Amino acid sequence: MNLLRTALFLAQKDLYSELKTKQILVTQIIFAGLVIVVFSFAFDPANNTTKAVIPGVIWVIIVFAGILGLNRSFISEQRNDTMQGLLVAPMEAVSIYLGKFLANFAMLLVVELVSIPFLFLLFDFKFLGSLPYFILVVFLGSFGFVAIGTFLAALSANSKNSEMLLPLLLFPITTPILIGVVQATRIILTNMEKISSAVAWIQLVTAYDIIFFVVCFLLIDYVLEV
Amino acid sequence: MIEIKKLTKQADNKLILRGIDLSIIKGETVAILGPNGAGKSTLLKVLATLIKPTTGHISINGLELKKNQVEIKRVLGYLPHSSLLYDQYSPLENLVFFGNIYGVKDIEQKATKLVKEVGLSFFLNEPVKNFSRGMIQRIAIARAIVHDPVILLLDEPHTGLDQGAISILNNVILSMKEKGATTLMVTHDFKQAAEICDRAIIVKNGKIVDDFKMEKNNVESISHKYDIQVESVS
Repeated sequence: MNLLRTALFLAQKDLYSELKTKQILVTQIIFAGLVIVVFSFAFDPANNTTKAVIPGVIWVIIVFAGILGLNRSFISEQRNDTMQGLLVAPMEAVSIYLGKFLANFAMLLVVELVSIPFLFLLFDFKFLGSLPYFILVVFLGSFGFVAIGTFLAALSANSKNSEMLLPLLLFPITTPILIGVVQATRIILTNMEKISSAVAWIQLVTAYDIIFFVVCFLLIDYVLEV
Repeated sequence: MIEIKKLTKQADNKLILRGIDLSIIKGETVAILGPNGAGKSTLLKVLATLIKPTTGHISINGLELKKNQVEIKRVLGYLPHSSLLYDQYSPLENLVFFGNIYGVKDIEQKATKLVKEVGLSFFLNEPVKNFSRGMIQRIAIARAIVHDPVILLLDEPHTGLDQGAISILNNVILSMKEKGATTLMVTHDFKQAAEICDRAIIVKNGKIVDDFKMEKNNVESISHKYDIQVESVS
């Protein structure tokens, strides 16, 4: 119970801090907007084959906007050694991980809420698939990506080249999640007849999410040691 | 209160602490003296649970450090070189955040009172990033004691402080002592050590080379003992 309470305080602190500084969320939303605008110029929205690009664009936005937030998540705790302040406080290392995860996840959800409708609008995309399935896939993919990303951000934060190191570590490990969610998104948005195939991808991503979330919980204690 | 037996810490093939044995009773105020690189701050970090010891046994309040970290952290107040404060937050927001993490009741009232006690009530809602070094240190002191710790771990707390802030810090340490708190203070300031500490230990090359009771305000006595142990040819 204490674990969740302290994690919520930490997440609240990060989100309130973001509300004050507007450093991460604004950067993420601007990036997402740029990607959408560039892709909308590159592919003709009137062309039917363009619709096939949309699942990929959605996950390009989520992955790269997500990395912008993940990179700063632990680096922000280096100023004034505030990470030490958290480590000497009566909370488990997993609380710190969970708090950071919740804040990163919440920010990424905001980016998705703003950018995905904007993407559909600019591509003149009429949503004919299953909305609950689509939301589930976006949720599961983002969950796994942020869970692993938060852990690796903690790992790479002490490195001199952490901004380069994080993508290098993150992309290979999250590849199965990305393949799964892009495939599932493609089926849900364009070909609902093959929904059973999408469900299989969703199951794979769910299993991957759970395994890595538990592994991150078990290993974070070693990563956060000063 | 604090029992340390055969404590060693090795980092990158270098032995930083070489078998520290130390016993500190409740309510004692102990100065940790020694040259740069002697292992004073490392000793404090091990006690603050920031660094895991390589070997040795530490118990605080009768609880073994390895097995009861969360319980022990609850009674520790740690003030290192850095402020551990969030720049974009005001003193009140910083203290409320840390107070909440420590589970302090009526934290807003307590935080306001603490900010007033360290003489910064006019800056209660100003972001810390606009503060001078001395002002930041005052808030850092308030942060370290926001949860009424029974053990204070201070790492060169007087460095860079003006006379007003030094006086506030000393008053905090003495009032905590009156409440029965135990204080360990790494310092190079013999004057402040002589003023507030009951006992001093001298650390050199990762070992305790001297351990003595202090005479109130007798700076010369400390300097003399320090010179014998540290300044002499090693």
